[in-house]
Amino acid sequence: MLLLGTRKGLFAIERTGAGGRRIQPNFLGIPVPLAIRDPRDGTIWAALEHGHWGPKLHKSTDDAVTFEEVGAPAYPEGEEVKDGVPAKLENIWALAAGGDDQPGRLWMGTNPGGLFRSDDHGQSWSLVRGLWDHPSRKGWFGGGRDTAGIHSILVDPRDSTHIFVGISCAGVFESRDDGATWAPRNKGLRADFLPDPASEVGQDPHLIDLCTADPTVMWQQNHCGIFRSTDGADSWYEVGEEGGPANFGFAIAAHEMRPDWAWVVPAQSDDTRIPIAGSLVVCRTEDGGRSWQTLRRGLPQDHAYDLVYRHALALRGETLAFGSTTGNLYLSQDGGDYWETVATNLPPIYSVRFA
Amino acid sequence: MPTVGFTANLTRFFPGLGDLEVGSATVAEAVRACDAAHPGLGAYIVDEHGALRKHVNIFVDDEMVVDRTTLSDPLAPGARVMVIQALSGG
Repeated sequence: MLLLGTRKGLFAIERTGAGGRRIQPNFLGIPVPLAIRDPRDGTIWAALEHGHWGPKLHKSTDDAVTFEEVGAPAYPEGEEVKDGVPAKLENIWALAAGGDDQPGRLWMGTNPGGLFRSDDHGQSWSLVRGLWDHPSRKGWFGGGRDTAGIHSILVDPRDSTHIFVGISCAGVFESRDDGATWAPRNKGLRADFLPDPASEVGQDPHLIDLCTADPTVMWQQNHCGIFRSTDGADSWYEVGEEGGPANFGFAIAAHEMRPDWAWVVPAQSDDTRIPIAGSLVVCRTEDGGRSWQTLRRGLPQDHAYDLVYRHALALRGETLAFGSTTGNLYLSQDGGDYWETVATNLPPIYSVRFA
Repeated sequence: MPTVGFTANLTRFFPGLGDLEVGSATVAEAVRACDAAHPGLGAYIVDEHGALRKHVNIFVDDEMVVDRTTLSDPLAPGARVMVIQALSGG
C-alpha cells in the first residue's frame, strides 16, 4: 500500500488483482501533510492541517479504512517562539516510530520547532524540553513558513535512544540520551543565505536520511546542495553534481542496505522550483555521491512542472515512488531505471510512504 | 440561557452537533461547555491556549467577539452565540 498525503486528503493506493489499483480517499478536502504506518503495530497515523480548525492527528488500525481522532500535542502555557510570541501548534511536519524496544513511543516534529514524544501510542504527548530549551532555539527561523519546523526524525536502528532531527532553519541536531540533551551537527554544511555560511546553527536541511545497515552514513538534501556524512553527522561534505541536475531539491532517500546509494529528485534551484528545463528526472548515486546517474525513462520530459516535496519520495528496497505538486504519482520497481505513472490528476501531493 | 450554534461544516467532525444551551457568562466559558458536551470540539474552535483560531469567528448576537485571545466577552442570559468559519481560499 502507498499512503499519500495531499492538499485535498489522504489517499491509500493498493494493487488489486489483474494489474489494477484501488485508490481509497480519506479526509477529502482537508490538507494532509503526512501519513505513516508504524511498522511495529501496523497503526496508520495521519496528520491533518485544517484550514480553519487547526492541526489534528488521526489514527487507523484497519489499514486506512476508518480513522479516529486522537488529541494533538499542545505547547505548554507560557512557551514562546520568540519574546512576546506565544508558541502554539501550527502544523505536524514529521512523525516517526520509536525503536522496537520502546513500545508506544512516537516522535512528532512540528512548527514552530517543537519536538513531541508519546510513550502511550499517541494518547498523550509531551514537549521534548531538551531540544526546545536549547540555547540556540530562539534564533531558529522559518524556511517557507513563518516559524522553524522539524521535518526529519531519524531513530538509530542500533540504539533507539540515539536520535537525529532535521530542522528548517536550524540544521541537524543529535541526541544520544533519548532526547534529554541535544547538540547541533552541522559541520561542513553551507548556508549561502546567511552572513556566515558556516554557522553551526541556521542551516537548512530539507530532509535527512540514513542508511539502515550503516547508520553512520547519512545524507541530506539541503537548500544549498546535497551533503553526505560518513561519521554519523559529526561532519558533512558536499556531494552535489557539478554542472548536473543533482543539486537543489527537497527529497532524498538513502538505500537501506547500500551506504553508497541514494536518490534525489532535483529541481531548478530556488528561484523557480520546477524541473530543470521542464524535464522530470530522478538522480541516483551508487558511489557515495562521487557521480550521479540521471534517470528519466518513463518520466515526462517536456513541459513538466512537477515539483517533489521533501516527504514525497518513498523507498522500500529498490522500489521507489514519488508524488508531485501537479498531482502525479510515479513508481519504479528497479531502483529508478524505469518509471511508470501510477496516477495523474490527484491533488498536490505532500507526502508518499510505503505502508 | 445563552445558546451556541455552529457552522454546518463542524457536523462533519461532530455528527449530531446542534444548538447547545450553555449556562455561561463569557464566550470562553461557552467554548468550554461546548467541549464538555462534545469532547474535542473546543480544540476545533480555539488553540491550546484558548485563543480563537485564526480562521474561525465567533459572533455574539450580531457582534464579532472583541477579545480573540481569551474570549472574555460577556454573554447576556439570552445571547445567541454563533461559531463560524472565516472565508478562505481554495
